[in-house]
Amino acid sequence: MNMQINRRRFLAAAGSLTIAVALPGGKARAAVANSRVPLDATKLSTYVSVNADGSAVGWVGKVDMGQGTEIGWAQMVAEELDLPLTRVTIVQGHTNATINMGGASGSTGIWRGGAAMRVAAAEARLALVNMAAEKLSVPADTLEVNDGIVSVKGDVSKKISYAQLIGGKHFVETLEWNKEIGSNLAINGKATPKKPGEYKIVGKTGHRRRDVADKALGRLEYMVDVKVPGMLHGRVIRPPVAGAVPTAVDEASIKSIKGAKVVWDKGFIAVAAPREWEAIKAAKLLNVTWSDVKAPFPGVDNIYDHIRAAPVIQRDVDKEKGNVDDAFAKAAKVFEAQYEWPFQSHANMAPACGIVDVQKDSARIWSATQKPHYCRDGIAMLLGMDPQKVICSSMIGPGSYGRNDSGDVCMDAAVMSRALGKPVRVQGMRHDGTGWDPKAPASVHTSRVALDADNKVTAWYFESKVFSKRDAFNNEGDPAFTLAGQLLGLPLKPTLIFGGPEESYGFPAFRKISNIIPPLLDRASPLRTAHMRDPGGPQVHFAVESFIDELAYSLGVDPLEFRLANVTDARDKAVIQAAADKAGWQKRTSPRKVADGDVLKGQGIAYATRGGTRVAMIAEVEVAKSTGRVWVRKWTVAHDCGQIVNPDLLRLTIEGNVCQSTSRAVHEQVKFDDKAVTSVDWLTYPILDMKDAPETVDIILIDHPEIPPTGAGEAASRPTAAAIANAIFDATGLRMRHAPLLPERIKAGMA
Amino acid sequence: MAKFELNVDGKPHALDADAEMPLLYALRDDLGLKNPRFGCGLAQCGACTVLIDGEPQRSCSITLASVMDRKITTLAGIQKDGKPHKVQAAFIEEQVPQCGYCLNGWVMTSVALLERNPRPSDAQIRDALSGLKCRCGTHVAILRAVKRAAMA
Repeated sequence: MNMQINRRRFLAAAGSLTIAVALPGGKARAAVANSRVPLDATKLSTYVSVNADGSAVGWVGKVDMGQGTEIGWAQMVAEELDLPLTRVTIVQGHTNATINMGGASGSTGIWRGGAAMRVAAAEARLALVNMAAEKLSVPADTLEVNDGIVSVKGDVSKKISYAQLIGGKHFVETLEWNKEIGSNLAINGKATPKKPGEYKIVGKTGHRRRDVADKALGRLEYMVDVKVPGMLHGRVIRPPVAGAVPTAVDEASIKSIKGAKVVWDKGFIAVAAPREWEAIKAAKLLNVTWSDVKAPFPGVDNIYDHIRAAPVIQRDVDKEKGNVDDAFAKAAKVFEAQYEWPFQSHANMAPACGIVDVQKDSARIWSATQKPHYCRDGIAMLLGMDPQKVICSSMIGPGSYGRNDSGDVCMDAAVMSRALGKPVRVQGMRHDGTGWDPKAPASVHTSRVALDADNKVTAWYFESKVFSKRDAFNNEGDPAFTLAGQLLGLPLKPTLIFGGPEESYGFPAFRKISNIIPPLLDRASPLRTAHMRDPGGPQVHFAVESFIDELAYSLGVDPLEFRLANVTDARDKAVIQAAADKAGWQKRTSPRKVADGDVLKGQGIAYATRGGTRVAMIAEVEVAKSTGRVWVRKWTVAHDCGQIVNPDLLRLTIEGNVCQSTSRAVHEQVKFDDKAVTSVDWLTYPILDMKDAPETVDIILIDHPEIPPTGAGEAASRPTAAAIANAIFDATGLRMRHAPLLPERIKAGMA
Repeated sequence: MAKFELNVDGKPHALDADAEMPLLYALRDDLGLKNPRFGCGLAQCGACTVLIDGEPQRSCSITLASVMDRKITTLAGIQKDGKPHKVQAAFIEEQVPQCGYCLNGWVMTSVALLERNPRPSDAQIRDALSGLKCRCGTHVAILRAVKRAAMA
């Protein structure tokens, strides 16, 4: 499949263009490449095309992981093109059909991807109107567009359709491009996108997702459903002690399994068999002797002492203002607290699955990765191939909230397919997923303020001591970022980074520091870190917003009042006030400890910002005195992400995020001993159960149509843990500074 | 290897397979049914749920040998006359799934719940659905959907 030869302006028949890519069936997969012109960031045809029947396709190099960004992109494209939403198809994430717009990344789906699609669609409309002006021999400014028909204002008899103007042909117009690829890609054109007052589709309710019915009726092909002729099922064998490598492999141990094969290359050891069940049995049976290595981990019970004692390999000043040292030197009083957050696992619904078919000078990948273009690049690098010879199709997976184990299994499959000369599908068992996926880092956060004689804050010092959040890069664009690459001898290539809080507290001086410590194991570690939904955010904001609460009470000020008095941004203030009004905030200057039998009830607030999005959350909790169980019965969330494209899906996205981040705050912690991760299933890595799900999630959306949209996928991960901890304090008087907020800790604290 | 006959979604299927193989692999790999999915292989998440004689069971942890002569229903078999089951219709109406990987378990368990208890209370729904996993956090939407289905 060589895209370079296809320079025709004519598209393939409309049906084959759109249906070919939208349906991930076997024949369709092969048809994709033939209907596209070479991808070029400066070409309008890269982003938008019009089919022979006048319907349009938006080609998006990002991926909707299930929150509904697909319909958001379609709304933005349909709006600018003046087409009905039903006549816009989105093709996403296929490396030969879409340009690299970063995949799913940092909640930039609408924020950046939508912004680019809006520019492209507006430019396409301008081009179509200009073509119509020429055809109809009238000035362009006398024309209007309705449902893909360009007509003279006031004289609908003079008209021409998009289908007649360009249907089945490619746009030749060009765009300004900022020379960035990935999530930072931005384009500009001559057209002015619509003003919010002109919107008919964007920002309106009732535009429903197009994948939901197929999911509920079981009609959709998932990654795990893809079958490639001749494929083998692969399973990678992980060592009992992290860091150990195979020294001897007894291939005879699996000789009872017909067709089973071993792939052993340096530290990489795997089995493959024609049937999945046989591969599972072979993986259990294979007798491997492992190298004797020193147990690398301090054990979960010692992790915070380890972090506190660890050397700092990089000190980042995330933000600084004023003379902090001077303020502390002159302080009448210093108030300080420390908070701890555990390692957490993506723990996707299933261990990741991927298929790679390595041919002589090309390769084909099916992956549920968030970042298909980088998955392609990494595997091309492993194989020493031109990335243009490698194609990656993005398939629906078992959820994805960052750099999970998906990139690792694709690299595993590539190593195996190269060795065996056949397509290989890899999906691990549960313990391969939770036990070996990349983790969100554990951390210790210290927060202190200097107070003057009048109890006014004169300076704030905030420090995170933490593992880098990016041992494995946030994409899979280099084999060194994957387990397989590291097992083949590539050293870890960490990016040392963490990042401080985002809020607008206007203390006269502040300094926010990240002190990064070394990874626990320098390669192929089950505790290697990588981006997980809102990387670093839940940790940092648990600390900051718990601390603000503690500080308010210590000063005898109501925690809501303290926040309103100290945040400086008007939109921040507005979300806090909106949440408080809706929830019915109960003013207090000490914990209320409302008792009802065995239950203590409390209410807590927290807020944060993220890349321009603001969110304030109020938790209403019930704490059982006898067991320590905390149940967040009701959430009230006020959310401002600028312009709202699809309010219905925004609500559902926030609701899901609130439940997921509640799970992280209350239940989730990766356990490990000195040798390995011991959280290997849903019993050892519990997440939110239906019995603990909130009764109500009350969401207030604050719309700013005049402000370009910012991300909505992650901000609500931030205030959750602190809002719950603050509510627990209100209910019990117990201050929880250690996540997760486990019942045994709460019970012990109340004793 | 041994010969088995399975009754799935009202049709008999003959297959030749390992007796200790879990039902899930027969459904997916031999019968080509995609809705029961592998999530954990440990009966801890429910993504592989099927109804066996009307009861929700985890097909990843049931051997083929134990389900001979029993009536197996998958998500593909709950629709009647090509129309979505009321539980499916409610899940669509509430736009429940995000990734949707776990959905099979929630739908199949809810179908069985409403079969034996057509008007469950909030606590009874939570109790029946306890143990299923959803990583996207759609729990609240699921509760809305099951209540909607119960009223349908």
